[in-house]
Amino acid sequence: MQNGAQIEYDYSVAKLFTFATILFGIIGMTIGVILAFQLAFPGLNNLAGEYGTFSRLRPLHTNGVAFGFSLSGIFAGWYYISQRVLKVSLKESPFLMAIAKLHFVIYFITILLAVVTLFMGITTSKEYAELEWPLDILVVVWWVLWGVSIFGLIGIRRERTLYISIWYFIATFIAVAMLYLFNNMEVPTALVSGYGSWIHSVSMYAGTNDALVQWWYGHNAVAFVFTTPIIALIYYFLPKESGQNVYSYKLSILAFWGLLFVYLWAGGHHLIYSTVPDWMQTMGSVMSVVLILPSWGSAINMLLTMKGEWNQLQTNTLIKFMVLASTFYMLSTIEGPIQAIKSVNAIAHFTDWIPGHVHDGVLGWVVFMIMASLFHMVPRMFKREIYSKSLMDTQFWLQTTGIVLYFTSMWIAGITQGMMWRAYDEYGSLVYSFIDTVTVLHPYYTIRAVGGLLYLIGFFMFAYNIYKTITAGRVLDKEPVNATPVAA
Amino acid sequence: MFHWFEQRPFFFAVLVFVFVAFAGIIEIIPDFAKQSRPTVGTKPYTLLELAGRHVYIKDSCNACHSQLIRPFKSETDRYGMYSLSGEYAYDRPFLWGSKRTGPDLMRVGNYRTTDWHENHMMDPASVVPGSIMPAYPHHFTNMADIETAYAEAVTVKKVFNTPYDQEGMPKLGTWEEAQASMLEEAKLIAADMKNQAVKDAVANGQIPEIVAIIAYLNSLK
Repeated sequence: MQNGAQIEYDYSVAKLFTFATILFGIIGMTIGVILAFQLAFPGLNNLAGEYGTFSRLRPLHTNGVAFGFSLSGIFAGWYYISQRVLKVSLKESPFLMAIAKLHFVIYFITILLAVVTLFMGITTSKEYAELEWPLDILVVVWWVLWGVSIFGLIGIRRERTLYISIWYFIATFIAVAMLYLFNNMEVPTALVSGYGSWIHSVSMYAGTNDALVQWWYGHNAVAFVFTTPIIALIYYFLPKESGQNVYSYKLSILAFWGLLFVYLWAGGHHLIYSTVPDWMQTMGSVMSVVLILPSWGSAINMLLTMKGEWNQLQTNTLIKFMVLASTFYMLSTIEGPIQAIKSVNAIAHFTDWIPGHVHDGVLGWVVFMIMASLFHMVPRMFKREIYSKSLMDTQFWLQTTGIVLYFTSMWIAGITQGMMWRAYDEYGSLVYSFIDTVTVLHPYYTIRAVGGLLYLIGFFMFAYNIYKTITAGRVLDKEPVNATPVAA
Repeated sequence: MFHWFEQRPFFFAVLVFVFVAFAGIIEIIPDFAKQSRPTVGTKPYTLLELAGRHVYIKDSCNACHSQLIRPFKSETDRYGMYSLSGEYAYDRPFLWGSKRTGPDLMRVGNYRTTDWHENHMMDPASVVPGSIMPAYPHHFTNMADIETAYAEAVTVKKVFNTPYDQEGMPKLGTWEEAQASMLEEAKLIAADMKNQAVKDAVANGQIPEIVAIIAYLNSLK
């Protein structure tokens, strides 16, 4: 602050979300590893009766990591970053403080209820929108509370210009609200008919329309849960941790508005060769390729922020996490457009290359960036030094190895499968029966499961390191300062 | 120009919304009505099939099986005629899936039989050696939620004008009539099954999940 008075930031809500991030991360990723082993060793499916099968656990995994782990990390980041770049403390407004706490409580209850209902098989079956209508309403409630928090804090800010991270948080809020509302339009059947289960609903849209709305949503859940808020995190934490200014303001503007404009068009690439009109498929394909520009714009802007300071890679493990995250973002955003090209999509669609693509994005980009954010925030929130830097380093290499095993095995598996499905012999008959294309994947499924396990072990190291930092880390007399953004 | 917005959060948010919503408006709305028209011969699901569809959804069969045949020779050779938009006119929600860990099921009713499904659910590897599908023995002991199936059918008839009770279309009637017709349909399927517990349950007026899901799978043609 210009007048020299220090604002005392309030981290109580950011801390709650930090704990939730770790808790849901452990649950979601453990289930993910179980799923991976089930595909390699199907005998593991029936260990817990109907509740332990791949089919019941799969939506639990996706919801657990996307909406449990990632959103918790994003909210933790929001309640930390917003106060600092807006130059205002949550303490100054009892109203916003109450909203923030309510946001956490209702959010946490919703995720717990989601776990219970998905275990029971209560699902709408739409990917990443599996929750039934009463939970959907809860989601809307805490999303609105988050909106009140965003615009409330912006309303009482002292810093006139909104920092880049705030742009991305606003975009996340608005886009997800729109997408979620439209995709989850459903009619509760018991209310209309007076019969049956009260929690059951039926989709407002049928068939091809339902698919269209679903993938308009599904693809953009990736955009506005796995991309924009994570960019918000890196735009704050990388400059802050490295003490460097963001490389180019113009590039950040171009990348931001470009991303918002193009991303939603690309949803159609999930429906190539389906029954949606051809022009939509083509649009989805073309726009996916265009999407490389704004995506790489952000990533390059991040990497160039390190210009002249690359030696920090050797001295600061946190920088390593963030640079690798940016690199994986670039990998994932070139891989996606390649898969969206029609001829490639013909082979890649429905195969293991798709979960492979998703996972190099989420494991390398989303989870790495969230872990890096927490590593940066925790010492400042708890006024303690990171417990073990060498543990951090070990974790980094273990998880990086895990990701590489994951995506290489899934690339090979996916392309193998896609090629086998379409193989003809010289008499014009299909060469392989479907089961041939399943059994051939066994080694790749095993490698993937091992990769996932390494990653999970790394995450446990992370959780342990954070736990020890909070309870036994060396007490800091003042917060470590590395200058910029907005130099405080 | 954008700099101006960065100091005015309200207008910034409005501009974000315009940028984001633009694609949805242009892509989704124009063909909405056209695509929901049913192909000739496509009928809504019977109540028992609907109950089976709920079992299919409950156990997320769509996580591993698609219901969308793409217009490639390799797919039409393997699964049958490629998918048409109108065939899904009564699918709420759509169940295309996004990953084929197992084969496509869009027209599975054409080439698999009741007893094949019975064996497949109890022990997939017994009919497809090497299968990595989980076994679903609980389908044989859990009872299908037929009341919710009825509730859904009544709802779509009321809200979306799904042509139940019209000539040549599945009948709903009152809840009592619906139960009777579901049981009748279930008896036909149980007659082709071997599991004695399931046969007994149906004889006693109950409908196990396996009977419902087989009714649904047999309807996929």
